[in-house]
Amino acid sequence: MALLDVKDLSVRFDTPEGEIHAVNGVSFSLEKGETLGIVGESGSGKSQLNFALLGLLAKNGHTTGQALFDGKDLLSISERELNKIRANRIAMVFQDPMTSLNPYMRISDQMAEVLMLHKGLSKRAAITESVAMLDAVKIPDARNRVRLYPHEFSGGMRQRVMIAMSLLCHPEILIADEPTTALDVTVQAQIMELLAELQREFGMATILITHDLGVVAGFCERAIVMYGGRIMEEAPVDPLFETPTHPYTRGLLDAIPRVDEDQEALRAIPGNPPNMTGAPKGCPFAPRCALVDERCRVETPALMEFAEGRARACFRSIEEVAA
Amino acid sequence: MIVYILKRVAIAIPTLLLLIIFSFLLMHAAPGGPFTQERELPAQVLANLNAKYGLDQPLWKQITSYIWGIVAHFDFGPSFVYKDRTVNEIIAQGFPVTLTYGGISFLVAVFAGVTLGAVAAVKHNTIIDYFAVGISIGAQVLPNFVMAPILVIVFTLILGWLPGGGWRFSDPSFWIMPVIALSTSYMASIARIMRSSMLEVLNSNHIRTARAKGLPGHRVILRHALKPALLPVISYLGPAFVAMITGSVIVDIYFSTGGIGKAFVDSALNRDYAVMMGVTILVGALTILFNLIVDIVYGWIDPKIRY
Amino acid sequence: MVIDSQKMKSLAEATSREDVAGRSLWADARRRFFRNKAAMFGLVLLVFVSLFALLGNSIAQWSNEEIDFSVMGMVAEQGGPSLSNGHYFGTDDLGRDLFARTVQGTQISLAVGIIGSAIAVVVGTIYGATAGYFGGRLDNFMMRAVDILLAIPYMFVLILLLVMYGRSITMLFVGVGLISWLEMSRIVRGQTLTLKGREYIEAARAIGVPAPVIIRRHILPNLIGVVTVFATLLVPNMILTESFISFLGLGVQEPMTSLGALISEGAGTIAYGTLWQLAFPLLFFVLTLFGFFFVGDGLRDALDPKDR
Repeated sequence: MALLDVKDLSVRFDTPEGEIHAVNGVSFSLEKGETLGIVGESGSGKSQLNFALLGLLAKNGHTTGQALFDGKDLLSISERELNKIRANRIAMVFQDPMTSLNPYMRISDQMAEVLMLHKGLSKRAAITESVAMLDAVKIPDARNRVRLYPHEFSGGMRQRVMIAMSLLCHPEILIADEPTTALDVTVQAQIMELLAELQREFGMATILITHDLGVVAGFCERAIVMYGGRIMEEAPVDPLFETPTHPYTRGLLDAIPRVDEDQEALRAIPGNPPNMTGAPKGCPFAPRCALVDERCRVETPALMEFAEGRARACFRSIEEVAA
Repeated sequence: MIVYILKRVAIAIPTLLLLIIFSFLLMHAAPGGPFTQERELPAQVLANLNAKYGLDQPLWKQITSYIWGIVAHFDFGPSFVYKDRTVNEIIAQGFPVTLTYGGISFLVAVFAGVTLGAVAAVKHNTIIDYFAVGISIGAQVLPNFVMAPILVIVFTLILGWLPGGGWRFSDPSFWIMPVIALSTSYMASIARIMRSSMLEVLNSNHIRTARAKGLPGHRVILRHALKPALLPVISYLGPAFVAMITGSVIVDIYFSTGGIGKAFVDSALNRDYAVMMGVTILVGALTILFNLIVDIVYGWIDPKIRY
Repeated sequence: MVIDSQKMKSLAEATSREDVAGRSLWADARRRFFRNKAAMFGLVLLVFVSLFALLGNSIAQWSNEEIDFSVMGMVAEQGGPSLSNGHYFGTDDLGRDLFARTVQGTQISLAVGIIGSAIAVVVGTIYGATAGYFGGRLDNFMMRAVDILLAIPYMFVLILLLVMYGRSITMLFVGVGLISWLEMSRIVRGQTLTLKGREYIEAARAIGVPAPVIIRRHILPNLIGVVTVFATLLVPNMILTESFISFLGLGVQEPMTSLGALISEGAGTIAYGTLWQLAFPLLFFVLTLFGFFFVGDGLRDALDPKDR
């Protein structure tokens, strides 16, 4: 049985401008120790999907569907039970380390409270363990720096602290929500390297949310491509890059500038990300798709498995997309 | 932290000196001296009076000796009207009263306001929230001089539960109406500030992190949200303190509590400049001291401004 | 009544973002403002109070100075609100028509509030924009001065001024205006600093557009939102200040009156059963404050729509 099994998950937000359909009927599963990438541009619903799993949506958000973890549905269990899972068995690293750490508390207090809560450690033992974890994420002089406040760290160091904090309880699943977006390019590489190393060492299943296909290629075994709150394509990483079967995936891959080819201009996908207000109709990518026809605008293609571990949601044939 | 405190003190001291000099010059420039009365005093008497109060000295000498008196001996000099009383005596009489009901009012306003605002934010968009918002919007158009008569109508004239005025240290029933009159509108203001800042904090990323840690709701709020949400409230405490001291004048008049507000208004009506200046400077000094404390508390909560 | 500085900061940010600036910001804001029920309620209150202040005298049967000798001495029994003798709001303790006096009190209170707020707009904007635009030592000095002035218990100083230099309505305007601009200048300075960092202003400076032109053409138009909201919310504060002083008997002088003075008189006589003497002035006082408050708050929410 899969470690995490998400079935038909939807997320809606009530706003004064109408209901926003952020995630629409998403299903996927995650195996033990697996690394899964969720790719999509901003607004594709990939972050909200994962916030929904841990009950971290804003107050006006509602979920429907199921997310089975260890026989329990994360979407329907009580807050109390969810609290036993959060950080303890499923942990999260957030996008912006600048604001995701509490600026008014010492790192030591912020880390220690996780261990005191879930493992019942004394404060002293919790701090000792936190220092060990900071060493593991290669923060120099952790013993002394654990007493500092977040603003006394650089962006990269802060994200290391975030990662250390999320691993304190040795979770079974780590969800990393764009862990490198807010960082400098050189620091990004270091953080991804660190994450890969820690993943091998601790063996936790990892969901990496990103808009960067390059990062997925380097880190993940399998990837899900999302657009407009839906899964467009799902595949192991290598075939996904070699033979994309969805026009959107293809567009994303074409948009990556390459040094080895003589390119005249950047090939961007034309148009803007969809407006998510109101109930969706048709394929969300239809307005920007080069292969669109009448049916795409009216009917929504279902996600269909067409080969072992590969699925796509598109009415056009694989050959048409490849051409 | 020490550097930060020293910097604050370095601003506070010249502010106080400026306030003293400013009020002194104001008095000096006022049309007619302090002894101008309807019946003109004989020139000799006036000269004697001026000599007695040191008003015949050159201006700079008057100022320096006035400042020196305050700074070195905490002495505001003699009253210009009551020949046998010093400003210190007049102030000392009312000060404990003001301090008692003012202090209680301040604490009531802060604790009730913070609680009301925080609860409203946590229960955002529920009946509790609407109720709290209603109270705080309604209460802010009820300043002390509106609250005071309303309280008297209800609790003294209609219900007959509370004495309509006067002051006894031994009997808290004399304290209740002054405290409610003085604290209501500031309680409302604090509640509004607390509510909006708490809402802002609850929507911030680090609260999401705290929730992702599996902390129970109340611990998220008490441990992670309260401190940052309090910062705007703390910055408002300085102005609130000034406003409440000012409001104590109304309370003293309306409830005949006999605090320094009474001394101030009496001296205003008697043109007793010495007492007016004394009270003004004392209130200014308290304000500056209070702002200093507020700044230090702020620096203590917010680690980013300790340098 | 307090103007929440955090909300003002958020508003300043919202109105100086480049992507929302321009015509659509104002169009959207107008739409949101007219949809806001509280703001509409406030607007209705303000219209009502203004009409009362402007036209009240033509409805009044009595002038505000005239003493009705038929009720004098028996105010508690015969001075109550009545349509038949023309004292719609009753009479005051001396037998003067309370309706006419409330009309006049409302006029004075509105005038003090609006003029005080107007002084704040002019002085505060010029001061704040200058400090923010030129920055450096000048800014440091100017803002330190504001800090110092804010630490002064101004009400005491104002009373000191009124006692020493004689009470007059001019003095009252001066005194109220003196303090009202301080907070305004802080907010304006803050936003000027933000705007100054914008590229189009840096570009204008780079090609040598003189400072006054930049301030007039690029900075001031962007300040309108914040200044309008702050000025609207400042009016009730000014009215409160004036009422406070009048309540102490140090404000406007007889036979002129203000809402604060009327409330003071009414509060002084409640023990004799003449409740209307407090109730009517208080009603108009509260309506005026609510009106400005709801409109100001609605304007802010319209310009900075955030859920709170």
